[in-house]
Amino acid sequence: MNILTTWLRALLPAIPADDHQLAEALTLRGIAVEGIHSLGEGNGHLYEMDITTNRVDAMNHFGVAREVAAIYGLNLPPGAAPLPEAQPAALPFSIRIEAEDACGRFTARVLRGITVQPIANSTGPISRLATRFFTLLEQKQISNAVDASNFAWLAMGQPTHAFDLDKIQGGIVVRRAVKGETLKTLDGVERVLDPEDLIVADHAKPLALAGVMGGWDTMITPETRNVLVEAAWFDPVAVRRTARRHGLHTDASHRFERGADISAAPLASDIVSAIILESGGHIEGELVDVTVAAILEKTAHRSAVALALNEVHRLLGTTLDPEGISASTVETVLKALGCGLVSEGSESWQVTLPSWRLDLAREIDLIEEVARVYGYNRFANTLPAFSGAIRELPNAAADSAIRRTLLAAGWNEAISSTFTSATDATLTAPQPGLVVPLGNPLSEEAGVMRPSLVPGMLNMIAANLHRDTSDVRLFELGTVFSGSTEKVDERPALAIGLSGNLPQTGVQIGLGAPSKRLDFYDLKGLVEQLLSRFKTKSVYFDNFAVGSGITPEWLHPYRAARVVVEGTTVGWLGQLHPRQATSRKLKDPVLVAELYLDRLYPLPLHKPAVRELSRFQPVRRDFSLLVPTKTAWAEIDASLATLARTALPDLTHWQVREVLGSQSAPEQGYSLLLSTTFQAPDRTLRDEELQAYAQHVLAAVSNVGARLRT
Amino acid sequence: MMNPDLDQSFAQLEAEARQGAASLGSPEAVENFRLDWLGRKQGRLKQLSDQWLKAAPAEAKRELGQRFNALKTLVESLLDEASSAGPSDAVLAAQALDITLPGTRRLQGAEHPITRTMNELIGIFAALGYSVGVGPEVETDYYNFECMNFPPGHPARDTQDTLVIANQERRSLRDRLLLRTHTSPVQMRTMEQFAPPVRIVIPGKVHRNDAADATHSPVFHQVEGLCVDSNITFSDLKGTLDHAMKALFGSSVKTRFFPSFFPFTEPSADVQISCIFCAGKGCRKCKHSGWIELLGCGMVDPAVFAFAAEKQPAYDPRKISGFAFGMGVERIAMMKYGVSDIGQFYSGDMRFLEQFS
Repeated sequence: MNILTTWLRALLPAIPADDHQLAEALTLRGIAVEGIHSLGEGNGHLYEMDITTNRVDAMNHFGVAREVAAIYGLNLPPGAAPLPEAQPAALPFSIRIEAEDACGRFTARVLRGITVQPIANSTGPISRLATRFFTLLEQKQISNAVDASNFAWLAMGQPTHAFDLDKIQGGIVVRRAVKGETLKTLDGVERVLDPEDLIVADHAKPLALAGVMGGWDTMITPETRNVLVEAAWFDPVAVRRTARRHGLHTDASHRFERGADISAAPLASDIVSAIILESGGHIEGELVDVTVAAILEKTAHRSAVALALNEVHRLLGTTLDPEGISASTVETVLKALGCGLVSEGSESWQVTLPSWRLDLAREIDLIEEVARVYGYNRFANTLPAFSGAIRELPNAAADSAIRRTLLAAGWNEAISSTFTSATDATLTAPQPGLVVPLGNPLSEEAGVMRPSLVPGMLNMIAANLHRDTSDVRLFELGTVFSGSTEKVDERPALAIGLSGNLPQTGVQIGLGAPSKRLDFYDLKGLVEQLLSRFKTKSVYFDNFAVGSGITPEWLHPYRAARVVVEGTTVGWLGQLHPRQATSRKLKDPVLVAELYLDRLYPLPLHKPAVRELSRFQPVRRDFSLLVPTKTAWAEIDASLATLARTALPDLTHWQVREVLGSQSAPEQGYSLLLSTTFQAPDRTLRDEELQAYAQHVLAAVSNVGARLRT
Repeated sequence: MMNPDLDQSFAQLEAEARQGAASLGSPEAVENFRLDWLGRKQGRLKQLSDQWLKAAPAEAKRELGQRFNALKTLVESLLDEASSAGPSDAVLAAQALDITLPGTRRLQGAEHPITRTMNELIGIFAALGYSVGVGPEVETDYYNFECMNFPPGHPARDTQDTLVIANQERRSLRDRLLLRTHTSPVQMRTMEQFAPPVRIVIPGKVHRNDAADATHSPVFHQVEGLCVDSNITFSDLKGTLDHAMKALFGSSVKTRFFPSFFPFTEPSADVQISCIFCAGKGCRKCKHSGWIELLGCGMVDPAVFAFAAEKQPAYDPRKISGFAFGMGVERIAMMKYGVSDIGQFYSGDMRFLEQFS
């Protein structure tokens, strides 16, 4: 909304500030001036206002002037539009409010013998003022009847409407529509009315959507000679519902939806009538003014609110000015805003509330007004004394351990959308039946709550690969959703994704190995490292026969592993199914892991506990083994673990260093380089002992079919 | 009897040994020197012994033997010296590196700028005695709107602004599930659980039905704060946020407060900080005002306390008071790191993320 400073100064000639200072003063009191535009010599400035929705009373020139008067302690005279003497009417115009819950006041004035013409053609004082202000505001001029309504709107924020009186049959009835009734509104749209719609009707037909838009048939035309000027008060909820049902948002509905000033209707009617009459015509009869007592009780005649100075101090605290907020500050501020104050003892009051400030209803509302007009920046910056204890989030330490591990490994943290497509959700959901759809999704690709972090991870990896960033290492810590539209479960999850090479970060001096392609074992190693942050008794990885239906469909059936901790599945990892990769146009292999953190977080974090270090030399022995194809490393590993636990405690460490399959004769098995370390806590191992230990190791691996290569 | 020829021969051998030892820079060279002189099969002393000593007439053997032993002792001491002195200068020179080549850096992952900014904010408030709280991203209308004092027909409750879970139409308004539009519901969840005093900072993901553009995203993050105790005032709110902004942006940053409107606070304020790009002088980033609007805050509305008092009667607005504040993490991160498109935060673009390493 735009405000002219010349208009403000016409209402308040004694403003002791220039236009820029005034803008600053208003902004700091919550009547925000967003932009100031000079309108040229003698024309002042145009303010672009940004006024919060609760301050609908200030969305017009008189309302802003009221704020200015409160800030500078000026006297703002009430508005007035003198009218010529009315000619008597045979009968007062008939007004009936049937919808007493939704229309609190309806005023009507009959003007006869008018001339519809541009206001610029009128020499009347208000018409000339309106013409000047409209020009400065670049407000379109239509005809005096319409412009008069717009002027009253800009001046005091009260919507009004002029009907062609000759098209009205009988009198006015404010009521709800009847099923099947129709109305062609001013925008030319023929509308079927809903029985909930609040309408202004005559004795035969609907005339207007009350507080929203007038009707086509009673519109003012150049031929109109007699008009009925409406200024009314409609209920915010009734207007909002009517407007929304018809997809309309007008200046009038905007104001009524936020609460209009029920006391303003007669003055608005006077302003509109005065402007129209400046082009000719006369008033017939007195203003017909029908009110609904129950609504007046809730608006103009609300009960007074108690306000105590000590409550002001309790909530607002310390001011920079040592005198602080006194009783007289409170009185001055609230009176300037239109409140009435009756003192109850020295430092408390009964405060009556102005009809234009429906946002004021409670003591706290008045305290806010005092703080606002006094100036927020006149309060000191203090810090409250500390009491109570600090609570950490239960998962904070685990979250941080996971994040640190991944960052240290060189993975970048990413955040992806909370939503995914129904197709990807079905593909990746750990429980496919429990996907939660949105009621108003942004798009089909974002139609459901993500049940897994995998789709987001795949999208991010794909975006990187498609823009030729071929080395990708990402992880996301986020929430996944499952359940039904009745009840949604939220769980923390972790996704890790990778593709491409471990980037060469330094200079290759001379010949060396080419940079390493990240593979399944890089991902598995990272997962193992993450799991090692927790105190666990049992961690293993397994896989399932194709067709078992256990392996998630997004994973390569032969390159997938389930992650099991303490007997519970905590996630999956592996290579993206090559058919998925093809459909997503991913040429390079992509590897993804997803861990269900809600199953890991109950585990305590691993706490380091040191063991006594042996002073005696460890001895390394390597074995080049030939292993049957069907024997997995896990079996050799288990066999050695048993050996170390039982017969050979000096076997302190073992590791597989190399695996080499035979292309030509796979049936012969594969070569495996096993590296073992022996160390005794109390002595240096002798050669004979070591030879015996080596025999133990070979015996152990022979249990699973492995033997020394010859 | 001295033999001048023999003298000369041995002097020459000694000179050769000394000369050879002088250039021994590496362990390999020392080993070669040892093999050359003392090698059991091909060593020069072995040859000397075989060719001269064994062939010498008996009367010369004594003298030859003495000279032979002296030479052997010399070679051994030269060897000793060479292996304990370490490499020679020449060897060192041959090991010269181009130290202007770049160093090899270990790969270091980057914490997401949103996480980083949230953790920074949490740290600032933790130092002021705030606990951390979180809540669900799918909320009920009650927690997101009703108990935060949004009136029934408030525009924010419209599906044009708020993303909702499907099939909620038949449920009562307060039970309808939606994606929380702010972290404020966690204020109520915290108050329901803990009687005052409460100091809590709430980081979290929120959603709105906004089309994505350079400054809007349907997914974004907030950090919210709540402080309730028996004597919390508006000036405490000002002091707390002034401190927080100085901790976040540097001690020269100034704050100013001006009236605003939120259903759940009263008085409500918007907070501006002096422009961090031009130190308040006025630039393009602050639209030449010298100020940047950064967060919303206010004193907790008594109506919100009344909802909390349904489960925790100690939230009696006559006896306690409090303030709440909330800020957009993306906006702060965009300012701090010069990000111009909010969408980059959710792109997973390695080139973008690596800059935060």
